[in-house]
Amino acid sequence: MIQAEGLTKRYGDKLAVDDLSFTVEPGVVTGFLGPNGAGKSTTMRMILGLDAPTRGRVTVNGKLYRDHPAPLHEVGALLEARAVHTGRTAYNHLLAIAQTCGIPRSRVDEVVEAVGLAEVARKRVGGFSLGMGQRLGIATALLGDPQTYVLDEPVNGLDPEGIRWIRQLLQRLAADGCTVFVSSHLMSEMALTAQHLIVVGRGRLIADTSVEEFVAGASRNLVRVRTTDPEAMRALLSGPDVTINEADGGLVVAGLTSDQIGVMAARAGLTLLELAPQQASLEEAFMDVTADTVEFHASPTTGSTGGAR
Amino acid sequence: MTATAISVSPPQLPEQRVTQARVIRSEWTKLRSLRSTVISLLLAVVFILGLSALVPEVVVHHWPPHDPNDLANFDPTGVSLAGVFLAQLAIGVLGVLVVTGEYATGMIRATMCAVPRRLAVLWAKVLVFGSVTLVLTIPAALAAFAIGQSILTRQHIQTSFSQPNVTRAVIGAALYVTVVGVLGLALGALIRNTAGGIASLFGLLFVAPVVVHFLPSSWADPIDKYLPSSAGQALMQVRPDSSSLSPWVGFTVFCLYAVAALIAAAVALRRRDV
Repeated sequence: MIQAEGLTKRYGDKLAVDDLSFTVEPGVVTGFLGPNGAGKSTTMRMILGLDAPTRGRVTVNGKLYRDHPAPLHEVGALLEARAVHTGRTAYNHLLAIAQTCGIPRSRVDEVVEAVGLAEVARKRVGGFSLGMGQRLGIATALLGDPQTYVLDEPVNGLDPEGIRWIRQLLQRLAADGCTVFVSSHLMSEMALTAQHLIVVGRGRLIADTSVEEFVAGASRNLVRVRTTDPEAMRALLSGPDVTINEADGGLVVAGLTSDQIGVMAARAGLTLLELAPQQASLEEAFMDVTADTVEFHASPTTGSTGGAR
Repeated sequence: MTATAISVSPPQLPEQRVTQARVIRSEWTKLRSLRSTVISLLLAVVFILGLSALVPEVVVHHWPPHDPNDLANFDPTGVSLAGVFLAQLAIGVLGVLVVTGEYATGMIRATMCAVPRRLAVLWAKVLVFGSVTLVLTIPAALAAFAIGQSILTRQHIQTSFSQPNVTRAVIGAALYVTVVGVLGLALGALIRNTAGGIASLFGLLFVAPVVVHFLPSSWADPIDKYLPSSAGQALMQVRPDSSSLSPWVGFTVFCLYAVAALIAAAVALRRRDV
């Protein structure tokens, strides 16, 4: 279990993390979601004692990270940028880390095998692809067989097979009762991997909720309606909180549920050809929620509201 | 690299704590597993041995010197240990790199995650790197002395360990180089940047004396003997020299520079974010 209380980090006059409080529970994969620059990596560094909070604190299983006598057995960490000396072989890197708390060579061999690096373990890390580097990072996290995992963008740079592998690994760790805290800016990936979400924007907590609730709570839950008489339907459904757009020969309605629309249509005697609730994707929900908090806007296309799908 | 198996969490590992001894083992693995370290250490040994043959060879060929001062100040021990001055470059740079290499590659984050009580890492690095350097340079200095003297024998201008101060000077050469390395390591930990670390180390060792020499000699002389290089090299002098500190006092002063840099590095390491 990871608990952050009023966690705040200031770099100069920039507030990277702003009064963040959350709890990461064991047994589920918790996604840590936010746009680039939202403070995810800073938060993770504070969890691991690499950065000291300006205010507040964060504990892992009730203790500050640095107060754990055997940190590798407590928390497995994967850090965003590569944290490996490029001149060393993968095996020697893992061995050096393992030796800090007396983890035997046999365990190094085991994790090398588990992440699929056995063939290249004796090669220098400098020649590794991004994906191999990520696998080495995962191997480092697994060394101490900990109950808590803090992984910063673990799928970054992995091929589809690698992504599926990470996904299965995380879910299995969670099923085993581990606490799994995974950051990502890829909402689609989190939809497949995480059960719980902690969403941040500009260092602030935006949401702390299950993936389902997060999607359900998004403002853009739409209903697609196709009818023989679109004009009459439009007139029927119009209301103060209702927006109606036309798309693909049908209407896309926001502000009413499909149940409400069905009942209204029946009473008015309008023929429905199609009545389909369109749940916002996690991606859209995320865009809605973080639209105001994106640190670096790419271009005016950000947050475009295409009603149709 | 086709891994579909996710056979992790086998039998629970016995939980073992981080200890200073284990961190030392880890640092030993790190040191020996980098090609650049091995090359730098070998280079230092090659410098010491190579110049121990080259410099006496030149001296023997031009013996006796025309300048009576050269004759009066001739130091057969120093002639055979000339390579130490080149070796300190390799060892000094390596000392800086032992720390800054981790910052440059990001390895430092993995290191500090594994050992969140950060000072244990600094002490382990000093101990491992210092010991390795000493263990290599003592035999190298002894061998250099032997090679050099065997060449000087041709003009019967050699010396031997039975002469006063010679043993201390030869062992002192190894001690001097080792402390240069430790000073580099401390500066690397303080500055966390390879170029900055190397510049400050060699600025302190080589540039500071040059700057001091521009001062009026009434200022320069008393200051110069307390500078790191002059103080440290006092240990390598066979003949007493009134312009420098006595050998062990000088070496102690040199060590104090390294200790001061280490204390500053330790304070910074505890306080700063990684």
